[in-house]
Amino acid sequence: MKIVNEMRLTFLSKSSNESFARMTASAFVAQCDPTIDKLADIKTAVSEAVTNCIVHAYRGTTGKITMVIKLMADYRVVISIRDRGCGIPDVHQAMEPCYTSAPSEERSGMGFTVMETFMDKVTVRSKEGKGTSVTMVKRLIPTAAGGAK
Amino acid sequence: MRLKMDKRDGCLVVGLLGELDHHGATELRETVDAEIESAGPSCLVLDFSGVDFMDSSGFGFVMGRYKKMHRTGGAVTVRGARGHVKKMLELSGAGKYVTIE
Repeated sequence: MKIVNEMRLTFLSKSSNESFARMTASAFVAQCDPTIDKLADIKTAVSEAVTNCIVHAYRGTTGKITMVIKLMADYRVVISIRDRGCGIPDVHQAMEPCYTSAPSEERSGMGFTVMETFMDKVTVRSKEGKGTSVTMVKRLIPTAAGGAK
Repeated sequence: MRLKMDKRDGCLVVGLLGELDHHGATELRETVDAEIESAGPSCLVLDFSGVDFMDSSGFGFVMGRYKKMHRTGGAVTVRGARGHVKKMLELSGAGKYVTIE
């Protein structure tokens, strides 16, 4: 499928970058003219994925997070968020609702559940000691005016 | 994330303003917990009408305060959430533990 537009952003795993990442994603996707609801879904999913990199992947250290967003000709938005942190030993377990590896820190264990609820497709690839990549797809429905909702 | 705290009839009312994510929740937790410890309120009201974004760190924040208040028999009410923030609270299932108005 043809890519209409693409962006790539690399930033440090600092919690102050959570809002920077979701606002950047929102500003880039806005050119597809999505509904406010879909934009909020995307912002939330990005926030969850980036928070996971900060809280889990780079626990106790600072590393780089790369976010790539592709706008596809068929009105899909493909967002990939990648780190080179510790990796997830058991991806299936990590994606279970309410599972958290850090219960003492008030992590709700709902991050992946939120991503899966608000996005159409979520794929997680991880290798211990190498890092994790989360790819999320959201379908924006085209309108008669030519934009995507 | 900014907040406004007010005490009314033994109740601590915390008005939250801004975006409630992991970054915001970390700052907030210390301030609110210090106030709960010094004032010892019988109920805690979290006013979400000024919150325009929330992710799952917001659930963690609400549930953490619930656990703290529950230890001394206090109740928690979440008030004023709208739009996307309301949708997030519903998804979290927090309504089983705290009153959502």
